[in-house]
Amino acid sequence: MSSTPAAREPAPIRRLPTALPVAPENPGIPFDPEPVERVRVNLAAVERRAATLPGRRTVKKQWQAAWLVKALQCIDLTTLSGDDTDGRVERLCAKARNPLGDELQAALGLADRRITVGAVCVYHRFVATAKRALEGTGIPVAAVSTGFPAGLSPLATRIAEIEASVAAGADEIDIVITREHALRGDWTALYDEIRSFKAACGPAHMKTILGTGDLKTLRNVGRASWVAMMAGADFIKTSTGKEGVNATIPVALTMTRAIRAYRETTGHFVGFKPAGGISTAKDVLNFQFVMKEELGNAWLEPGLFRIGASSLLADIERQLAHFTTGRYASFDHHALG
Amino acid sequence: MSIAEILDHPDYGPSPESDKEARQWLARHDAGFALFIDGGWRKPESGKWFETIEPGTGGFLARVAEAGEADVDAAVKAARKAFPSWSRLPGHGRARYLYAIARLIQRHSRLFAVLESLDNGKTIRETRDIDVALVARHFYHHAGWAELFAGEFPGRVPVGVCGQIIPWNFPLLMLAWKIAPAIALGNTVVLKPAEYTSLTALLFAEICEMAGLPKGVVNIVTGDGATGELIVRHRDIDKIAFTGSTDVGRKIREATAGSGKALTLELGGKSPFIVFDDADLDSAVEGVVDAIWFNQGQVCCAGSRLLVQESIEARFIDKLRIRLNTLRTGHPLDKSMDIGAIVAPVQLERIRMLVAKGVEEGAHIFQPKTALPERGLYYPPTLLTNVQAASTCARVEIFGPVLVAMSFRTPDEAVALANNTEYGLAASVWSESINLALDIAPKLRCGVVWINATNLFDASSGFGGYKESGYGREGGREGLLAYSRPAWMKAARPIVEKPMVKAEIGFELTGGGIDRTAKLYIGGKQARPDSGYSRPVAGPNGKLVGEIGEGNRKDIRNAVEAARKAGGWAAASEHNRAQILYYIAENLDIRASEFADRLRMLRGVKKAKTRLEVDAAVERLFAFAAFADKFDGAVHRPPLRGLALAMNEPVGVVGIVCPEEPGLLAFVSLAAAAIAMGNTVVVIPSERQALIATDFYQVLETSDLPAGVLNIVTGERKTLGIELARHDAVDAIWYFGEAATAAAIEKASTGNLKQVWTETIGRDWHDPAASGGRDLLHRATQVKNIWIPCGE
Repeated sequence: MSSTPAAREPAPIRRLPTALPVAPENPGIPFDPEPVERVRVNLAAVERRAATLPGRRTVKKQWQAAWLVKALQCIDLTTLSGDDTDGRVERLCAKARNPLGDELQAALGLADRRITVGAVCVYHRFVATAKRALEGTGIPVAAVSTGFPAGLSPLATRIAEIEASVAAGADEIDIVITREHALRGDWTALYDEIRSFKAACGPAHMKTILGTGDLKTLRNVGRASWVAMMAGADFIKTSTGKEGVNATIPVALTMTRAIRAYRETTGHFVGFKPAGGISTAKDVLNFQFVMKEELGNAWLEPGLFRIGASSLLADIERQLAHFTTGRYASFDHHALG
Repeated sequence: MSIAEILDHPDYGPSPESDKEARQWLARHDAGFALFIDGGWRKPESGKWFETIEPGTGGFLARVAEAGEADVDAAVKAARKAFPSWSRLPGHGRARYLYAIARLIQRHSRLFAVLESLDNGKTIRETRDIDVALVARHFYHHAGWAELFAGEFPGRVPVGVCGQIIPWNFPLLMLAWKIAPAIALGNTVVLKPAEYTSLTALLFAEICEMAGLPKGVVNIVTGDGATGELIVRHRDIDKIAFTGSTDVGRKIREATAGSGKALTLELGGKSPFIVFDDADLDSAVEGVVDAIWFNQGQVCCAGSRLLVQESIEARFIDKLRIRLNTLRTGHPLDKSMDIGAIVAPVQLERIRMLVAKGVEEGAHIFQPKTALPERGLYYPPTLLTNVQAASTCARVEIFGPVLVAMSFRTPDEAVALANNTEYGLAASVWSESINLALDIAPKLRCGVVWINATNLFDASSGFGGYKESGYGREGGREGLLAYSRPAWMKAARPIVEKPMVKAEIGFELTGGGIDRTAKLYIGGKQARPDSGYSRPVAGPNGKLVGEIGEGNRKDIRNAVEAARKAGGWAAASEHNRAQILYYIAENLDIRASEFADRLRMLRGVKKAKTRLEVDAAVERLFAFAAFADKFDGAVHRPPLRGLALAMNEPVGVVGIVCPEEPGLLAFVSLAAAAIAMGNTVVVIPSERQALIATDFYQVLETSDLPAGVLNIVTGERKTLGIELARHDAVDAIWYFGEAATAAAIEKASTGNLKQVWTETIGRDWHDPAASGGRDLLHRATQVKNIWIPCGE
């Protein structure tokens, strides 16, 4: 593979007919304690399912390549560091719009497809930068919001933060919940909080971060998932990436099962976003298997599935390069994101 | 298919496991697999060979020797020759061999896994992640038992030469379950794999060679049922261990009757999978997948009967249907398959026939729309609803990927439905309430209960059935009992019963006192024999010393009914049971002199001697009273977060045919051991000394023993013993006496495959180590393993 130097200038935009799947919206429903109370999650059984799933499903050769391309299309390419700058964000956006590079994409037989990541995810400060860098690509810009990652600033401040990001052009808002509400079982407080965030989001899609590492038990995860969905979360997301434990397969099973139950009950589609700790192609395939097995093919698409990751893309590139050349590439063969 | 096409329609695609190494191994044996006898490979004397197929494609796989009589003889001879030195080898020496076998299996794990997949049709996922992993674990675990056996089981020695016959559903795993404990303890074995699946056993034989296992310790003879029968009927085999169908188990019980062979049977099942309304339903659905769509449902402990609480029935069945659609059925070596091939055409035909019968009887059938491979033996996962407890498909073991679903309203009803089967192998209970789950588990009449889990196995925890699912345990401490026996048995002599002395007529019965009528004791009441006849009892000099009731079939029926009704005894607290046994001892002690007199009259020995027997009987009652709350099971440590409780549960109704001697002590020892553990009993006392037993009911009547817990029927031991053995509501039959009667009793026991303990050699009833402890208590209990994974 040829190496592409990291470019400050946006790569030329390829305008191709394939539209990005549009995420269905979840309007939410009035708070109902019943499904929250009904949540039962047996940790040992869920762990058993999680442990055996990677042994039950695998993809090889072109199937593996295709699944990895699909995973790449679901990545919320993320930078959430204290040292982020415009330059850093622009470089990320360049990678987002042409993540594979033309040559690799052609080698995969996908020259006529527009392959981009699912979204670029930044702090509010860089929403405008990202919007500019991604103009015309259709790649949504997501902003983490509401006092990310702890979510403990005053409610009015958090709502104002959402409004500011939406005003700056954010297409998606990743909000964090007040974990205290969940830990204390104050589900109506949690519902009201998320509901107010949803209102502030307006047309922007809302991803609700549950902070599953803080919630500790899968039962808490299941209950918080229900409350978030009832309050109108378009996506439920595992973690900020800052908790001690990030996205795990047992958590994914619990949340996807809640999504399925919510859909069966209300008819609304809700997406799922695992975030944090997913850094290898092998990791992400296991999450994809969960999506396909528990929810079906619609949840393999970026409209309903996102992966919060920063280093995953590099590993996917390497696997795809290996698929096309039969050799493992040097890390420097792929453009930095 | 191009990447672009897959992007638009994402599916899994093929993911074949390579079979190259396995094919090469097969090619090295393309002349046919010989028999592994005495450490070497022998062509069959029979000159016969048979073919084994690959269920995944239906094609030919290998040619395998069919062992005939001369071959089985040679194998048994080799095992016999190897036994003395192998059993004398210190435990550490045997441990080294088992450890080497475990390591070798791990080093060749993929070859074993692929070969098993090819030969059996089960998926590589299962052979790789489950079968072979458990096999290695079994040898590791039992390497440990080889090391520890002598110290942990004082007074027990290996049984000798073991004939082992295993099924085709877990070929290598069942081999491990049989061979590991047997050779760990110093036994030698002749093992016959099932004719459909011989190959991993033959690869295992090569592993034994590599491990340098002394020749003759393990012999593998291949063949079909005829070869199995040669093993079962072989005169120089000490023990038969069989895993397979209940029908064949019954035949083996019959064939071994009177042979003196020890026998353990692990048979069929129709295990319930119970889902309560407070269960994690999504996890329970996955549980069902692991219960009945594991190994194509060809699992003796498969959760094949779904019992779901009515309030969630519709929702749960919906979830199941959705899940069925994502199960993948296909070539066993494809790594993304959930369900592989059925082992043989005849099995496939049987599944089709039973499902058709179910539908004919009104069941609604649901099968996913997924296509099956064109070649090979496949059957789709199937759900049958609208099934009643009386339906054929709810009662018969289908041994295929077919689930029948029924509903219940209350926990009591769930238990009643769960137990409404002749089988009793396993059960799965799903509830998030610890109260409910731990209340239900002991009420299920089966050997294994998984709480919020299913089909978990481990070498540390015993596996085996209740009722017609067989007897004996494999795995765990309890599993070692099946491959060892008390050391005293080696030197014991066969029991010879003296011919009955005909009583002289005309002796004055009352002896000057008031005439006494000895009756039967049934349901807590003295009862006249149904026959209306009495039988004279002669003293040692031939003089008539009394008369006893002549019990018959109807008396046995009444006694068994009374014992059944007294089943609540099992639920009495151990403390309470102990108290009553102490009270019996107290009341016997008060009348010790009178009992000694009676024994003196019956046996014609000095009172000082008979007094010793009475005192021993009192002591025995104390011992078993003491054991009531001390023979208390174990907590096993399988590799999971949680535990497995090994509970010693009563067997149920135990029929006891006492030996002729010693009339009181044997009677008291056996009955006390049984009732201390919560069984209810029907005792046929010594014929000669029956009067001591009929005196004894007066002791019982003053001791608060609930009615029906101990019933006494006097009469001819042989006739009454056979009646007890034939009675299908009797759960175990114990017999002590001559071999001829033992054979008849063993033969008569096959109806419900009750547990049989016949002892035709004389034991020392006065020895508390032999006759006052664990040996009897093990017979009086069956171990139930309750698996309790946990975590929040």
